[in-house]
Amino acid sequence: MALDKPYADVPGTTIFDAEQAQKGYHLNMFAMSLMKAPNRDRFRADNRAYLDEWPMTENQKEAVLARDYNRMIASGGNIYFLAKIFSCDGQSFQQGAASMTGMTQEQYAQMMLNGGRSPEGNRYVGEKK
Amino acid sequence: MARITAAVTTSHVPAIGAALDNGKTQEPYWQKVFAGYAKSKEWIAEQKPDVVILVYNDHATAFSLDIVPTFAIGCAASFQPADEGWGPRPVPVVEGHPALATHIAHSVIQQDFDLTIVNKMDVDHGLTVPLSVMFGQPEAWPVKVIPVAVNVVLYPVPSGARCLALGRAIRKAVESFDEDLNVQIWGTGGMSHQLQGPRAGLINKEWDNRFLDRFVNDPVGLSEVPHIEYVREAGSEGIELVMWLIARGALNAQVKPIHRFYHVPASNTAVGHLILENT
Repeated sequence: MALDKPYADVPGTTIFDAEQAQKGYHLNMFAMSLMKAPNRDRFRADNRAYLDEWPMTENQKEAVLARDYNRMIASGGNIYFLAKIFSCDGQSFQQGAASMTGMTQEQYAQMMLNGGRSPEGNRYVGEKK
Repeated sequence: MARITAAVTTSHVPAIGAALDNGKTQEPYWQKVFAGYAKSKEWIAEQKPDVVILVYNDHATAFSLDIVPTFAIGCAASFQPADEGWGPRPVPVVEGHPALATHIAHSVIQQDFDLTIVNKMDVDHGLTVPLSVMFGQPEAWPVKVIPVAVNVVLYPVPSGARCLALGRAIRKAVESFDEDLNVQIWGTGGMSHQLQGPRAGLINKEWDNRFLDRFVNDPVGLSEVPHIEYVREAGSEGIELVMWLIARGALNAQVKPIHRFYHVPASNTAVGHLILENT
Protein backbone atom coordinates (compact mmCIF):
# COMPACT_ATOMS: atom_id res chain seq x y z
CA MET A 1 0.00 0.00 0.00
CA ALA A 2 1.26 3.48 -0.80
CA LEU A 3 2.36 5.65 2.09
CA ASP A 4 0.21 8.62 3.04
CA LYS A 5 1.84 11.74 1.56
CA PRO A 6 -0.79 14.47 1.75
CA TYR A 7 1.79 17.20 1.11
CA ALA A 8 2.39 16.65 -2.61
CA ASP A 9 -0.06 19.40 -3.57
CA VAL A 10 1.49 22.22 -1.53
CA PRO A 11 2.86 24.68 -4.09
CA GLY A 12 6.55 25.60 -4.15
CA THR A 13 7.33 23.18 -1.35
CA THR A 14 9.27 19.91 -1.12
CA ILE A 15 8.78 17.92 2.06
CA PHE A 16 11.98 16.20 3.14
CA ASP A 17 10.73 12.68 3.77
CA ALA A 18 12.56 9.37 3.90
CA GLU A 19 12.43 9.02 0.11
CA GLN A 20 14.02 12.46 -0.43
CA ALA A 21 16.55 11.73 2.32
CA GLN A 22 17.58 8.58 0.51
CA LYS A 23 18.14 10.46 -2.75
CA GLY A 24 19.99 13.26 -1.02
CA TYR A 25 22.09 11.37 1.49
CA HIS A 26 25.50 12.18 0.00
CA LEU A 27 24.53 15.73 -1.01
CA ASN A 28 23.41 16.47 2.55
CA MET A 29 26.43 14.79 4.11
CA PHE A 30 28.74 16.82 1.83
CA ALA A 31 26.96 20.00 2.96
CA MET A 32 27.30 19.02 6.60
CA SER A 33 31.05 18.46 6.18
CA LEU A 34 31.32 22.25 5.79
CA MET A 35 30.75 22.64 9.53
CA LYS A 36 34.49 22.03 9.90
CA ALA A 37 36.70 25.03 9.11
CA PRO A 38 39.44 23.03 7.30
CA ASN A 39 36.78 21.52 5.00
CA ARG A 40 35.36 24.99 4.28
CA ASP A 41 38.86 26.12 3.29
CA ARG A 42 39.33 23.19 0.92
CA PHE A 43 35.85 23.67 -0.59
CA ARG A 44 36.44 27.39 -1.11
CA ALA A 45 39.81 26.72 -2.73
CA ASP A 46 38.32 24.37 -5.33
CA ASN A 47 34.58 23.64 -5.28
CA ARG A 48 34.72 21.00 -7.98
CA ALA A 49 37.65 19.06 -6.55
CA TYR A 50 36.01 18.97 -3.12
CA LEU A 51 32.66 17.85 -4.58
CA ASP A 52 34.40 15.09 -6.50
CA GLU A 53 35.42 13.51 -3.19
CA TRP A 54 31.72 12.72 -2.59
CA PRO A 55 29.67 10.00 -4.32
CA MET A 56 27.03 12.52 -5.44
CA THR A 57 25.27 12.53 -8.80
CA GLU A 58 26.56 14.89 -11.47
CA ASN A 59 23.22 16.70 -11.30
CA GLN A 60 23.72 17.32 -7.57
CA LYS A 61 27.27 18.56 -8.08
CA GLU A 62 26.18 20.94 -10.84
CA ALA A 63 23.38 22.25 -8.65
CA VAL A 64 25.91 23.00 -5.89
CA LEU A 65 28.34 24.68 -8.31
CA ALA A 66 25.45 26.86 -9.59
CA ARG A 67 24.25 27.46 -5.99
CA ASP A 68 20.82 26.49 -7.32
CA TYR A 69 19.09 25.59 -4.06
CA ASN A 70 15.79 24.63 -5.68
CA ARG A 71 17.64 22.09 -7.82
CA MET A 72 19.53 20.80 -4.78
CA ILE A 73 16.24 20.35 -2.91
CA ALA A 74 14.67 18.58 -5.89
CA SER A 75 17.57 16.13 -5.84
CA GLY A 76 17.17 15.31 -2.16
CA GLY A 77 18.72 18.25 -0.33
CA ASN A 78 17.28 19.56 2.92
CA ILE A 79 17.49 23.23 3.75
CA TYR A 80 19.15 22.75 7.16
CA PHE A 81 21.95 20.73 5.56
CA LEU A 82 22.20 23.04 2.55
CA ALA A 83 22.43 25.99 4.94
CA LYS A 84 26.03 24.96 5.61
CA ILE A 85 26.78 25.81 1.95
CA PHE A 86 25.37 29.34 2.01
CA SER A 87 26.86 29.89 5.48
CA CYS A 88 30.22 28.90 4.04
CA ASP A 89 29.59 31.50 1.31
CA GLY A 90 28.98 34.11 4.02
CA GLN A 91 25.26 34.32 3.27
CA SER A 92 22.42 34.51 5.78
CA PHE A 93 19.33 32.30 5.93
CA GLN A 94 17.40 35.19 4.45
CA GLN A 95 19.74 35.42 1.46
CA GLY A 96 19.61 31.64 1.03
CA ALA A 97 15.80 31.58 1.17
CA ALA A 98 15.43 34.60 -1.13
CA SER A 99 17.53 32.90 -3.80
CA MET A 100 14.84 30.21 -4.20
CA THR A 101 11.93 32.57 -4.78
CA GLY A 102 12.87 34.32 -8.02
CA MET A 103 13.01 37.60 -6.10
CA THR A 104 16.04 39.74 -5.40
CA GLN A 105 17.30 39.79 -1.82
CA GLU A 106 15.98 43.38 -1.50
CA GLN A 107 12.52 42.45 -2.80
CA TYR A 108 12.38 39.44 -0.50
CA ALA A 109 13.51 41.44 2.57
CA GLN A 110 10.82 44.03 1.79
CA MET A 111 8.17 41.31 1.45
CA MET A 112 9.14 40.05 4.91
CA LEU A 113 8.96 43.58 6.36
CA ASN A 114 5.50 43.87 4.82
CA GLY A 115 4.37 40.80 6.77
CA GLY A 116 5.69 37.96 4.63
CA ARG A 117 4.19 35.90 1.82
CA SER A 118 0.45 35.54 2.31
CA PRO A 119 -0.98 32.03 2.53
CA GLU A 120 -3.85 33.23 0.28
CA GLY A 121 -3.53 31.44 -3.04
CA ASN A 122 -0.50 29.51 -1.76
CA ARG A 123 -2.13 26.56 -0.06
CA TYR A 124 -2.83 24.23 -2.99
CA VAL A 125 -1.25 23.70 -6.40
CA GLY A 126 -3.44 25.33 -9.03
CA GLU A 127 -5.38 27.39 -6.51
CA LYS A 128 -6.69 30.70 -7.83
CA LYS A 129 -4.79 33.64 -6.37
CA MET B 1 10.75 17.08 45.28
CA ALA B 2 11.42 18.69 41.94
CA ARG B 3 8.52 20.52 40.31
CA ILE B 4 7.75 22.15 36.97
CA THR B 5 6.71 25.71 37.75
CA ALA B 6 6.39 27.32 34.34
CA ALA B 7 6.72 26.98 30.60
CA VAL B 8 8.40 29.38 28.21
CA THR B 9 7.86 29.08 24.48
CA THR B 10 9.80 31.03 21.92
CA SER B 11 11.03 31.05 18.34
CA HIS B 12 14.72 30.27 17.97
CA VAL B 13 15.61 32.12 14.75
CA PRO B 14 19.40 32.06 14.21
CA ALA B 15 19.43 35.71 13.05
CA ILE B 16 18.21 36.76 16.52
CA GLY B 17 21.32 35.19 18.02
CA ALA B 18 23.50 36.79 15.36
CA ALA B 19 21.94 40.21 16.08
CA LEU B 20 22.84 39.83 19.75
CA ASP B 21 26.32 38.45 19.08
CA ASN B 22 27.09 41.25 16.61
CA GLY B 23 25.80 44.10 18.80
CA LYS B 24 22.79 44.96 16.62
CA THR B 25 20.11 44.87 19.32
CA GLN B 26 19.65 48.66 19.18
CA GLU B 27 18.97 48.71 15.45
CA PRO B 28 15.25 49.48 14.87
CA TYR B 29 14.70 46.15 13.08
CA TRP B 30 15.99 44.15 16.04
CA GLN B 31 14.79 46.49 18.81
CA LYS B 32 11.25 45.42 17.92
CA VAL B 33 12.20 41.79 18.51
CA PHE B 34 14.17 42.21 21.73
CA ALA B 35 11.55 44.55 23.22
CA GLY B 36 9.23 41.54 23.35
CA TYR B 37 11.59 39.80 25.78
CA ALA B 38 12.22 42.71 28.20
CA LYS B 39 9.46 41.59 30.56
CA SER B 40 10.60 37.96 30.20
CA LYS B 41 14.09 38.79 31.42
CA GLU B 42 12.70 40.51 34.51
CA TRP B 43 10.37 37.59 35.15
CA ILE B 44 13.06 34.95 34.91
CA ALA B 45 15.42 36.95 37.15
CA GLU B 46 12.71 36.68 39.83
CA GLN B 47 11.88 33.04 39.14
CA LYS B 48 15.48 31.81 39.32
CA PRO B 49 14.87 28.32 37.90
CA ASP B 50 17.45 25.70 38.82
CA VAL B 51 16.98 23.67 35.66
CA VAL B 52 15.44 24.26 32.24
CA ILE B 53 14.29 21.29 30.18
CA LEU B 54 14.83 22.83 26.77
CA VAL B 55 12.87 21.27 23.92
CA TYR B 56 14.33 22.20 20.55
CA ASN B 57 15.33 20.67 17.27
CA ASP B 58 18.79 20.03 16.00
CA HIS B 59 19.30 21.62 12.57
CA ALA B 60 21.62 19.08 10.96
CA THR B 61 24.26 19.84 13.59
CA ALA B 62 24.65 17.05 16.16
CA PHE B 63 22.62 14.58 14.13
CA SER B 64 23.55 14.00 10.52
CA LEU B 65 21.53 11.78 8.22
CA ASP B 66 23.43 8.82 9.69
CA ILE B 67 21.21 8.73 12.77
CA VAL B 68 17.91 10.60 13.18
CA PRO B 69 16.34 10.08 16.63
CA THR B 70 12.73 11.19 16.99
CA PHE B 71 13.13 12.16 20.65
CA ALA B 72 16.56 12.46 22.28
CA ILE B 73 17.57 13.62 25.77
CA GLY B 74 20.98 15.09 26.57
CA CYS B 75 22.42 13.51 29.73
CA ALA B 76 25.93 15.00 29.53
CA ALA B 77 27.52 17.30 32.12
CA SER B 78 28.02 19.98 29.46
CA PHE B 79 27.26 20.77 25.83
CA GLN B 80 29.43 22.90 23.55
CA PRO B 81 27.89 25.56 21.28
CA ALA B 82 28.22 24.15 17.76
CA ASP B 83 30.01 25.48 14.70
CA GLU B 84 27.10 25.53 12.23
CA GLY B 85 29.16 26.73 9.32
CA TRP B 86 30.02 30.27 10.41
CA GLY B 87 31.95 29.44 13.62
CA PRO B 88 30.45 28.71 17.07
CA ARG B 89 28.29 31.42 18.69
CA PRO B 90 30.26 33.33 21.34
CA VAL B 91 28.03 32.09 24.17
CA PRO B 92 28.83 30.19 27.38
CA VAL B 93 29.12 26.42 27.48
CA VAL B 94 25.74 24.89 28.36
CA GLU B 95 25.89 23.04 31.69
CA GLY B 96 23.67 19.98 31.91
CA HIS B 97 22.06 18.21 34.87
CA PRO B 98 23.07 14.57 34.39
CA ALA B 99 21.31 13.29 37.53
CA LEU B 100 17.90 14.72 36.63
CA ALA B 101 18.35 13.97 32.92
CA THR B 102 19.08 10.30 33.50
CA HIS B 103 16.21 10.14 35.99
CA ILE B 104 13.85 11.58 33.36
CA ALA B 105 15.17 9.19 30.69
CA HIS B 106 14.63 6.20 32.98
CA SER B 107 11.13 7.26 34.02
CA VAL B 108 9.95 8.36 30.59
CA ILE B 109 11.15 5.18 28.88
CA GLN B 110 9.25 3.20 31.49
CA GLN B 111 6.20 5.27 30.53
CA ASP B 112 6.56 3.93 26.96
CA PHE B 113 8.43 6.84 25.35
CA ASP B 114 11.52 5.35 23.75
CA LEU B 115 13.91 8.26 24.18
CA THR B 116 17.37 8.17 22.67
CA ILE B 117 20.00 8.90 25.32
CA VAL B 118 22.77 11.25 24.20
CA ASN B 119 25.92 11.52 26.28
CA LYS B 120 27.87 13.76 23.95
CA MET B 121 26.60 16.39 21.54
CA ASP B 122 27.08 19.99 20.49
CA VAL B 123 24.04 22.26 20.65
CA ASP B 124 23.05 24.65 17.87
CA HIS B 125 21.05 27.88 17.62
CA GLY B 126 17.84 25.96 18.35
CA LEU B 127 19.00 25.65 21.96
CA THR B 128 21.27 28.68 22.46
CA VAL B 129 19.05 31.42 20.94
CA PRO B 130 16.25 30.81 23.48
CA LEU B 131 18.82 31.05 26.29
CA SER B 132 20.08 34.33 24.79
CA VAL B 133 16.67 35.98 24.51
CA MET B 134 15.78 35.04 28.08
CA PHE B 135 19.13 35.68 29.78
CA GLY B 136 20.99 38.13 27.51
CA GLN B 137 24.77 37.83 27.47
CA PRO B 138 25.94 36.52 30.87
CA GLU B 139 29.44 35.13 31.60
CA ALA B 140 27.80 31.79 32.38
CA TRP B 141 24.21 30.63 31.89
CA PRO B 142 22.43 30.94 35.25
CA VAL B 143 20.66 27.57 34.89
CA LYS B 144 21.42 23.96 34.22
CA VAL B 145 19.91 22.81 30.93
CA ILE B 146 18.57 19.42 29.89
CA PRO B 147 18.33 19.38 26.09
CA VAL B 148 15.42 17.45 24.59
CA ALA B 149 15.95 17.25 20.84
CA VAL B 150 12.98 16.44 18.60
CA ASN B 151 13.18 15.45 14.96
CA VAL B 152 11.18 17.99 12.97
CA VAL B 153 13.50 17.93 9.95
CA LEU B 154 12.94 14.49 8.42
CA TYR B 155 9.27 13.82 7.76
CA PRO B 156 7.22 12.36 9.38
CA VAL B 157 7.83 14.17 12.63
CA PRO B 158 6.04 13.17 15.84
CA SER B 159 2.37 14.17 16.09
CA GLY B 160 1.12 16.97 18.30
CA ALA B 161 -0.71 14.44 20.44
CA ARG B 162 2.47 12.42 20.94
CA CYS B 163 4.33 15.60 21.92
CA LEU B 164 1.65 16.60 24.43
CA ALA B 165 1.78 13.12 25.95
CA LEU B 166 5.57 13.25 26.20
CA GLY B 167 5.23 16.50 28.14
CA ARG B 168 2.94 14.75 30.60
CA ALA B 169 5.42 11.91 31.00
CA ILE B 170 8.29 14.34 31.59
CA ARG B 171 6.28 16.09 34.29
CA LYS B 172 5.63 12.80 36.05
CA ALA B 173 9.33 12.01 35.85
CA VAL B 174 10.37 15.39 37.28
CA GLU B 175 7.92 15.09 40.16
CA SER B 176 9.45 11.75 41.15
CA PHE B 177 12.93 13.29 41.55
CA ASP B 178 13.72 13.70 45.25
CA GLU B 179 15.84 16.86 45.20
CA ASP B 180 14.01 20.18 45.59
CA LEU B 181 14.42 21.83 42.22
CA ASN B 182 12.59 24.64 40.47
CA VAL B 183 12.30 23.29 36.93
CA GLN B 184 10.99 25.07 33.86
CA ILE B 185 10.22 23.51 30.51
CA TRP B 186 10.75 25.49 27.34
CA GLY B 187 9.28 24.69 23.94
CA THR B 188 11.01 26.37 21.03
CA GLY B 189 10.83 26.89 17.28
CA GLY B 190 8.28 28.40 14.90
CA MET B 191 6.14 30.26 14.40
CA SER B 192 5.04 30.31 10.76
CA HIS B 193 7.97 30.22 8.36
CA GLN B 194 9.17 28.49 5.24
CA LEU B 195 12.85 28.54 4.33
CA GLN B 196 12.77 26.55 1.11
CA GLY B 197 11.45 26.63 -2.42
CA PRO B 198 9.47 29.26 -4.33
CA ARG B 199 7.01 29.52 -1.41
CA ALA B 200 9.78 30.63 1.01
CA GLY B 201 8.79 33.59 3.18
CA LEU B 202 5.29 32.33 4.00
CA ILE B 203 3.84 33.94 7.13
CA ASN B 204 0.34 33.38 8.54
CA LYS B 205 -0.46 35.81 11.34
CA GLU B 206 -4.05 34.64 11.80
CA TRP B 207 -3.07 30.99 12.09
CA ASP B 208 -0.19 31.82 14.47
CA ASN B 209 -2.38 33.87 16.76
CA ARG B 210 -5.03 31.18 16.83
CA PHE B 211 -2.25 28.74 17.75
CA LEU B 212 -1.20 31.02 20.64
CA ASP B 213 -4.82 31.22 21.88
CA ARG B 214 -5.40 27.49 21.69
CA PHE B 215 -2.00 26.72 23.19
CA VAL B 216 -3.15 28.42 26.39
CA ASN B 217 -6.83 27.40 26.44
CA ASP B 218 -7.25 24.28 24.30
CA PRO B 219 -4.00 22.31 24.18
CA VAL B 220 -5.72 18.95 23.67
CA GLY B 221 -7.69 20.24 20.67
CA LEU B 222 -4.57 21.90 19.30
CA SER B 223 -2.61 18.67 19.63
CA GLU B 224 -5.00 17.04 17.14
CA VAL B 225 -4.06 19.42 14.31
CA PRO B 226 -2.53 17.21 11.59
CA HIS B 227 0.93 17.84 10.14
CA ILE B 228 -0.46 18.82 6.77
CA GLU B 229 -2.25 21.79 8.31
CA TYR B 230 1.04 23.10 9.75
CA VAL B 231 2.71 22.73 6.35
CA ARG B 232 -0.10 24.32 4.38
CA GLU B 233 -0.92 27.13 6.78
CA ALA B 234 2.32 27.84 8.64
CA GLY B 235 4.98 26.82 6.10
CA SER B 236 7.14 23.73 5.82
CA GLU B 237 9.31 24.82 8.75
CA GLY B 238 6.29 25.94 10.80
CA ILE B 239 5.97 22.29 11.78
CA GLU B 240 8.54 23.05 14.49
CA LEU B 241 5.57 24.28 16.54
CA VAL B 242 4.66 20.70 17.53
CA MET B 243 7.58 20.96 19.96
CA TRP B 244 5.78 23.64 21.95
CA LEU B 245 3.18 21.00 22.88
CA ILE B 246 5.78 19.05 24.87
CA ALA B 247 6.14 22.08 27.14
CA ARG B 248 2.37 22.50 27.33
CA GLY B 249 1.84 18.85 28.26
CA ALA B 250 4.08 19.32 31.29
CA LEU B 251 1.73 21.98 32.73
CA ASN B 252 -1.74 21.80 34.25
CA ALA B 253 -4.80 22.06 32.02
CA GLN B 254 -5.44 25.49 33.54
CA VAL B 255 -2.44 27.81 33.50
CA LYS B 256 -1.70 31.42 34.36
CA PRO B 257 -0.61 33.40 31.29
CA ILE B 258 2.19 35.80 32.22
CA HIS B 259 3.35 37.16 28.89
CA ARG B 260 2.56 36.98 25.17
CA PHE B 261 4.54 38.47 22.27
CA TYR B 262 4.15 38.16 18.51
CA HIS B 263 6.14 39.97 15.85
CA VAL B 264 6.82 39.71 12.11
CA PRO B 265 9.53 39.44 10.88
CA ALA B 266 12.81 38.18 12.23
CA SER B 267 14.63 37.28 9.02
CA ASN B 268 12.24 34.71 7.42
CA THR B 269 10.15 33.99 10.48
CA ALA B 270 7.22 35.06 12.65
CA VAL B 271 8.41 35.38 16.24
CA GLY B 272 6.08 34.05 18.94
CA HIS B 273 6.69 33.91 22.66
CA LEU B 274 4.61 32.89 25.68
CA ILE B 275 5.21 32.50 29.38
CA LEU B 276 2.75 30.34 31.31
CA GLU B 277 2.91 29.54 35.00
CA ASN B 278 1.52 26.41 36.57
CA THR B 279 -1.28 27.41 38.89
